[in-house]
Parts: sequence; structure tokens; C-alpha cells
Amino acid sequence: MMADLPSLYRQMLRIRRFEERCAELYSGERIRGFVHLYIGEEAVAVGVIDRLTPDDAIVATYREHGHALARGIAMDAVMSEMYGRTQGVSHGRGGSMHLFHAPSRFYGGNAIVAGGLPLAVGLALADRMQDRERVTACFFGEGAMAEGEFHESINLAALWRLPVLFVCENNLYAMGTALARSESETNLAVKAAAYEVPSWSCDGMDVEAMSHAAERAVALVRDSGGPVFLEARTFRFRAHSMYDPDRYREREEIERWRERDPITIASTRLIERGLMDQEALDAIDADVTSEVDAAVAAAEAGTDEDVADLERHVTSGGVRP
Amino acid sequence: MTTMTMAKALNAGLRRAMERERRVVLFGEDIGRLGGVFRVTDGLQKDFGEHRVIDAPLAESGIVGTSVGMAMRGFRPVVEIQFDGFVYPAFDQIVSQVAKTLRRTDGAVRMPLVIRIPYGGGIGAVEHHSESPEAYFVHTAGLRVLTPSDPQAAYLTIQQAIASDDPVIYLEPKRRYWDKGEVDLDADPFALSPWHARVLRPGDDVTVACYGPMVRTCLEAAEAADCSVEVIDLQSLSPLDIDVVAASVRRTGHLVVVHEASSTAGLGAEVAARVSEECFYSLEAPVLRVTGYDVPYPASRLEEHFLPDLDRVLDGVDRVRAF
Repeated sequence: MMADLPSLYRQMLRIRRFEERCAELYSGERIRGFVHLYIGEEAVAVGVIDRLTPDDAIVATYREHGHALARGIAMDAVMSEMYGRTQGVSHGRGGSMHLFHAPSRFYGGNAIVAGGLPLAVGLALADRMQDRERVTACFFGEGAMAEGEFHESINLAALWRLPVLFVCENNLYAMGTALARSESETNLAVKAAAYEVPSWSCDGMDVEAMSHAAERAVALVRDSGGPVFLEARTFRFRAHSMYDPDRYREREEIERWRERDPITIASTRLIERGLMDQEALDAIDADVTSEVDAAVAAAEAGTDEDVADLERHVTSGGVRP
Repeated sequence: MTTMTMAKALNAGLRRAMERERRVVLFGEDIGRLGGVFRVTDGLQKDFGEHRVIDAPLAESGIVGTSVGMAMRGFRPVVEIQFDGFVYPAFDQIVSQVAKTLRRTDGAVRMPLVIRIPYGGGIGAVEHHSESPEAYFVHTAGLRVLTPSDPQAAYLTIQQAIASDDPVIYLEPKRRYWDKGEVDLDADPFALSPWHARVLRPGDDVTVACYGPMVRTCLEAAEAADCSVEVIDLQSLSPLDIDVVAASVRRTGHLVVVHEASSTAGLGAEVAARVSEECFYSLEAPVLRVTGYDVPYPASRLEEHFLPDLDRVLDGVDRVRAF
């Protein structure tokens, strides 16, 4: 069940260091396309996924590197995917936004805002029809709550009593659009509760608070068999993507949130409680950095898909009659 | 052989597919208790239960997306979209998820999903209830697109579509739902591949390529023509079986493509381009298109002027010969 604080800290740090390196590699044009960093939000994925069993399913967004790593997908396979290598978790075909690994029950990042929500409903329906008592955790940003697919999906899950945990990662900005500029009701749990779904909010910057909220939410999904909505109040420290000049947020706002960095909160607590000292924290950091180094080395050494395979798996029977 | 309507033939085909494979699950709006607007799923919920014939709320994107999740877990969902124009809210799921998942996962996750759409005009309805959206789906790699033209083809191809490991957009010509034909209910649905064009009437002077609701119109035109017209039912719009059309054009030298959908960037344009690539020197005239006009689908009083009819097909045949 719940990992201890040192383990949660370590998971968050893996995500942080991985993504910091991704940012460097993107600037160095080793990684191309779009990259959406999760830096600042790590406590959400780590806190929730820690409460899931390996049989539970996960559906995520295009900001999903952290979820994939927290799920236990090998870091070199994730980094290779960032590079578009055939050794990547999706064989280089998904890239940053479409990490996918069915054996880990990781049913994908999704480049379409709210695109994954109905899919999560379908996974949960499949579980129920096969009498499997599993939870499907579906992550999405608050921007998704303005999309029709959010409303269709939560309605279906509530109507059909399906075991979906809707996790809204409210980082306050749908790219450049602030919450108050996109939602008529900015209390998102109130909005979700209109569907007769138990809904509440929690602190998404504190991994222990997140973990406790997730424990309660997952337990309620399992016990009731129906959906639950959990809003994690969080913030992304970086721009929307590596391509985004981030002109819509005041520097003071970002700085204020940085004071609540989930990794600092956890490390301070570890020291205060005497669970770890600075030396031990540094050792974890060194360890994680080596893991990232190894992942980058693997990705650098990887191979690109042969252009002759361009048509492979467009359809299962080939593209001609 | 049994005489039945296309709607009944589809119903029988769905029933067979559900009997054959318990992972076949039907989703749609009013398909269960009501049996569907066109009664294609009539009686199936009573016989297979509410868990296999699922009445869904009005949420096309949600229904298709839910089916994507089901398909990822090995189910074979069959979605009914009530009318052609109602598929547009689900367009994102179809284009972004249904069509691309197999390739995006490099073959790890198949998408054996069928989306049934009653399409086309001729029933005095209006826009959103009479449209022909096939080109959108044919344009999207990763989807297969089938459209039957008679009850026997409907009975067989719906079963083949459900057995396909790839997603199939299955377009049902709604004005032909009530046309009757002979159906062999014992025919093996897997004896012939559905992904081929069919020569329904041999001829020597002009080739007419058509599909879905226009097949009957073209067969009637061929009967009335004062020359020998070969009628080809394309049936599989994606993948498009151009070989059968090209082989015909090599003999006739003339090609008319007929569809209800608007002309611009439609199937006619694709067939014309492919035929000119395949057998340019066999063509004795430019390929002609007889299609709906480039306007939104008109209200019922003007419908007959919009839809290609026997006269317009014959006019096309005359013009291509007179070139």
C-alpha cells in the first residue's frame, strides 16, 4: 500500500530530474516536437499512483512523463520515446505526448484535451463487464472541464456506476487562459458534484496530503463501484510547453507557488522528522541523476524507425485491399 | 433464400455476429428498448440483454470514446450513430483515437470497432439527416470504410466489419433500408473479402462507378441507357479497390463516377485521379462526376434536384461518350 515518505520523495525527484534533463535536451535539439513539463505538479501523479494496484488502469494527458515514471515504466524506455527511438515505450511512434504501455495498464498520454476521458469510461465498463474489481484513474487538467467530453464522460460514469477516479490537476492555467477566464464555476468540485459524483479538493503540492486524499478516493471508488472526482490544486512552474513564452502569469505568482515546491516540502519534512539527513538526500539525488544519465545514454544510442516501415500498422491488414 | 429488407438483413447480420462472438457489444442512442430509429437493432436487447445492447445518452463523443476503451480491452463494440450528421460531435474520437491507436502503439493495441451510420438522402429529411460524410473518413488513414448496396451485401458485410481487427466506418444507405432483396442467411460471411469492388452489371461502352444508395439508381440508368453500361459497386471506399475500376475502363474507355456527396474533393475526385494514374491512355474522355452539388444539403422540396437521379446519370453517360 502506501509507500513511505522517502519513497514518495524519490519518485518525485526522479520525475523532476528527468524533466529538467528533457528541457536541456530539447534546447539542444536532441528532443524535437512539443514537450510539456510536469515540474511543480509531481506530488499529484506520485500521490495518486502510489495508491493504485498494478491491476488498476491509468489514462493521462500530454503532460504525462511523470505518470509514466510513477507507474514504473522504465526511464530509458520513456527517454527513448522522447527521442522518437524504436527502443521507446511506444517504439518511437508516440513521442512525448503519447507514452503508452498496456502491460503496465498505462493507457496513454493523449494530445487532445479531454480526449482520454471517455476512454477511461470504456476501460472501466470493460472491467465491470468482466467482473473485475479495478479502478481506472483518469488524469486531466482543469482546462478539460470546459470541454464537452468531460461532461459526457462523468455523466456516463455516474449514470452507469463505473469505477473511474477522475483526477483534475488544476494548475490554474489552460495554457494561457486563467481558470476564471474559462470556467463559470471556479470551484471545480462543485461542478463535478452536479453529476451526483462524490467530489472534493486537496492540496496537490503536498505529496502526503495528496496520498491521503487519493487513498480515500480510491477506497471510495472500490467500495461504491462508482466514480469519484478529486481536484488536486497545483501549479506548473514551467511554461505550458517548451514553445510557450509564458506571458500570461505574473512572476510573483510563480514565485509564490515555488515556495510550495512539493519536493522542498517533502525534503524539509524528511529532515524535520529525522527520517533523512542532507547527506542521504544528496545520495538519492546522485542516484536519480545516474538513472537519468543512463536513460539519456540509452536514448542517444537508440535507433530510428526505418522509413520503409512508414505504412506498418496503419491498419492491421495493410493499407491496400 | 429469404426475401427481406436491408434493415432486416442488417438486423440478422448483427444477430449472427453477436451469437458468434460474445465480446460484440452494441452501443447507441435508443437502440435497445426502442430498437433504433430505423429498427435495425430491433429485438436484440430483448434477446441479448441490456449489458450487450446498451442504450446510451445523447453523447456521441462519449459513446465512441467509451468504445475505444472497450476495444482496448478486447471487446468488439458496434456503435450506432443515429443519423449521418450526428457523427460530427464524435469526429475527434474517430480521427484522433480510433484511427490512430494501432499505428501509435505500433500494433500493440487493435481497435476492432464498428461505427454504423445511416447516411445519404432521399427520405425528405433535411441537413444532418441526409448527409454523405464518407470523404472525411476515407481521407483519414487508419479507418476502413464500407457501404453496402443491397440486403445480401448488408447481411454479409456487417458481419465482416465486426470481425475486422481494424476500425470500420459502416455507412448504411438509409433510403435503401426498406428495399427488399434475396438474402441467403446461410451464406458464409467470410467466403469473400468485403474490401473489393463488385461488377454488378457487365457492359462495354461506359463504366459507371458508384456505391451505397446510388447503386440502384445506376443499375436502373444502365437498364435505360442506349449503350452498354458496366456498373461497378465500389462497396469498400477505404481501402479503395481501384483495380476493378481500372480493368473496366481499359475496356470501355469511359468512366462516370456517381455519388450523393458533394463533388469537391469527394470520392469521385479520388477515383478520377487514381484511374488517370492507372490507365490514362485507355481513357477516351475525361472522367465525369455526377454528384450532389457543392451546397449544404437542401430542404426536402429541393432534395430531388440535389440528388443524382436516373436522368442525371444518363446525361453523364451521354456526355462522356460524346466527348
